[in-house]
Amino acid sequence: MFESLSDRLGGVFDKLRGRGALTELDVRAAMREVRIALLEADVALPVVKTFIDQVTADAIGADVIRSITPGQMVVKIVNDALVDMLGGDSAPLNVDVTPPAVIMMVGLQGSGKTTTTAKIAKRLNEKFGKKVLMASLDVARPAAQEQLRVLGEQISVATLPIIAGQGPVEIAQRAKSAAKLQGFDVLLLDTAGRLHVDTALMDEMRAVAGVGAPDEILLVVDSLTGQDAVNVASSFSGQVELTGVVLTRMDGDARGGAALSMRSVTGKPIKFAGTGEKLDALEEFSPSRVAGRILGMGDVVGLVERA
Amino acid sequence: SRSTDKLGDNLAGLFVRAKLDDAMLDDIEEALIASDLGPAMAARVTARLRDEKFDRDIDLAGVRDTVAAEIGSVLGQVAKPLEVIAFPRPQVILVVGVNGSGKTTTIAKLAHLFIEQDYRVMLAAGDTFRAAAIAQLKIWGERAGAKVVSGEQGADAAGLAFTALERARAEGVDVLIIDTAGRLQNKSGLMDELAKIKRVLKKAMPAAPHDVVLVLDATTGQNALNQIEVFQEVAGVTGLVMTKLDGTARGGVLVAAAEKFKLPIHAVGVGEGMGDLRPFDAGEFARALAG
Ligand SMILES: Nc1nc2c(ncn2[C@@H]2O[C@H](COP(=O)(O)OP(=O)(O)OP(=O)(O)O)[C@@H](O)[C@H]2O)c(=O)[nH]1
Ligand SMILES: Nc1nc2c(ncn2[C@@H]2O[C@H](COP(=O)(O)OP(=O)(O)OP(=O)(O)O)[C@@H](O)[C@H]2O)c(=O)[nH]1
Ligand SMILES: [Mg+2]
Ligand SMILES: [Mg+2]
Repeated sequence: MFESLSDRLGGVFDKLRGRGALTELDVRAAMREVRIALLEADVALPVVKTFIDQVTADAIGADVIRSITPGQMVVKIVNDALVDMLGGDSAPLNVDVTPPAVIMMVGLQGSGKTTTTAKIAKRLNEKFGKKVLMASLDVARPAAQEQLRVLGEQISVATLPIIAGQGPVEIAQRAKSAAKLQGFDVLLLDTAGRLHVDTALMDEMRAVAGVGAPDEILLVVDSLTGQDAVNVASSFSGQVELTGVVLTRMDGDARGGAALSMRSVTGKPIKFAGTGEKLDALEEFSPSRVAGRILGMGDVVGLVERA
Repeated sequence: SRSTDKLGDNLAGLFVRAKLDDAMLDDIEEALIASDLGPAMAARVTARLRDEKFDRDIDLAGVRDTVAAEIGSVLGQVAKPLEVIAFPRPQVILVVGVNGSGKTTTIAKLAHLFIEQDYRVMLAAGDTFRAAAIAQLKIWGERAGAKVVSGEQGADAAGLAFTALERARAEGVDVLIIDTAGRLQNKSGLMDELAKIKRVLKKAMPAAPHDVVLVLDATTGQNALNQIEVFQEVAGVTGLVMTKLDGTARGGVLVAAAEKFKLPIHAVGVGEGMGDLRPFDAGEFARALAG
C-alpha cells in the first residue's frame, strides 16, 4: 500500500548518480521523503522532527560509497540512526531481587496486557525456572479476572484466587502478601486498561504502584498505534516510573512507527515484542528488524554492507 | 516555535497571523497529521485550503471552520446509523475486527441501543478462541437484557453462528448480533474463517448476514486502511464503528477511509459502558479534527 523509502528516494536521486558526497541540497530533498515515509509508518510527528534534524546533520557531507547510489546511502544512514534510537539499554527483566520480584503491567484498553502477562509468566517459569504468581487487578472489564485465571491454567501458573468486591489496591496488597507467604519468586500484576486522560484511573494506577512497589512497570502498547503514541507514552511515564515497553501485535502488517515514538518519548527500552495470540508468541525486541519495517524494506543493513 | 511541538497537538494553539500564509498552512498540516489523517490526506486538505484562502484575512475561528468544511466535504455522506429493517427477521449483524479493537463491548452497546428501541435481541458468542471471551459476552448480555447463545471454548465458530441463527428464528428475535474472535487481517487462515461463517449463515438464510460491521480502534494509525481493505475483501464489510474516541486519539484515518472505501460509518464508541455509543456525526467529527 505504501512505497518503501528506497522507492521514494530512487526518484529523488535519479539525477545524482555517480556523485562523490551528499550536498546539503541533496540531503534536504531526501529528508522530505524520509519524513513522509516515517509519518506513513505512524512515527509520531514530534519524534519525526527530532529524528530528521539529527539525521540531516549526519548525512550532509557523507561520502557515497562508490558501488551504491546516493539513495541507498541515505537509506543506510537513516536506517542506522533508527536502529540506534530503537536499541540501546536492552536490559533483561529485573527479577533477580529479594523475592518476590513484582512486575506491573499498564496500558490503554485492549493493548494486550492480560495476554502479555501470561506470556511473561510462562517465559519466566519455563525458561528461568521461576515460581510465578499472577494477579488480575481488573475489576472493570467483564470477565477480566476470569480471563487471567484461564490463561494461568493453560500455562500451569498460579493465579491469585478471585474475591468478588475487592478493589485494585486491596487485590494488590493481597497478592503481595500471598506471594511473600507462599514463596513465589515473581508476582505479575495485570491491571485494567485505562485512558491516560482518565484522572481517576490514573490515580488508581499510582496507588497500586504505591502498594505493589514494583521492580518493573511495563507499558504495553499496540504496535498498530498511530500519532496518539506520543500522548500515551508521555502521560503514562509522567504518572509512574516505567521501566520498559512491550509492543504487541507485531505479527500484524503495520509499519510499527509507534516503536520509535515509545523509545524516544519514554527513553525506556522495548523489552519484548508480542507476535501472536498464543502464549509462546513473545520475542525479544529486534531493533534492526523493526527499523527495516518502519522504512518499508527488509534487511537494509545487509543490503548496503554487501554492496 | 511551532504550536505542534506540544502535547495534544491541535489547532487551538495555532499562532494566527492576519493572513493565511505558508507558515500557518504548515502548522495546520501538522495538526492534521497529528490527528492521524496521514501525510497524503493532510497535504491535500491543506492544499485545498491554500487554493481557497491563501493570503486572505482569517482568524482562528475562520481557520477552524474552513478546515472542518474541507474535511467534511471529504467525509461526505458516510454517517448512517444501523437500523433494524430486515424482513423477514432476524436481522443478522456480524461483528469483525482486529484483536482488542472493541468488538465485544460494541456489541453490548448495540444490544443496549436496540433493546431500548424495544427490539428483541440475541447475541452469539462466536469468539470461541480467546480466554473468557464467552464469559465476557454473557455478562454483557445479562446487563443489556439479551439472550446469549454460546458453545464450548474451542468449538467451531461457524457452527455456533448457524445454531444461533436457527435459535433466533425459532424464538422470533428481531436482531441477532454475532461476536467473532479478534484477528489481524494479514492472517489468511483466520480471515478465511470469517468467509466460512458467512457461507454457513447464508445456507440458513440467504440474506444473512445483513450487516458486517468492522470495529476500528481510534488509536490505530494508518494500518486501519489495510484493515478496511482486507476485511472488506474477505468478509464483505458493510459499515464501520470507531471505538475509543473518548481518549486523545482523533481517528483521522477515517477521512482517508471515507474517501477510499465510501463505507457507511454507523457509530462511535466513547467509553467502556453500555451507554457509551454515539451516532457518527460527520460535522462534529470534522470539527473535532480541526480543533
Ligand atoms: N495477534 C496478536 N494478538 C494479540 C497479541 N497480544 C494480545 N493479543 C490479542 O489482543 C486482544 C486483547 O488482549 P488482552 O490481553 O485481553 O488485552 P488487555 O490489554 O488486557 O485488554 P483490557 O484488559 O481490556 O484493557 C486479545 O484478543 C488477545 O488475544 C499479539 O501479540 N498478537
Ligand atoms: N475507553 C474506551 N474503551 C473501550 C471502548 N470500547 C471498548 N473499550 C475497551 O477496550 C477493551 C477491549 O474491548 P473488547 O470489546 O473486549 O474488544 P474486542 O475487540 O472484543 O477484543 P478481542 O475479542 O480480544 O479481540 C476493553 O477494556 C473495553 O472496555 C471505548 O469506546 N472507549
Ligand atoms: Mg486485560
Ligand atoms: Mg471480543
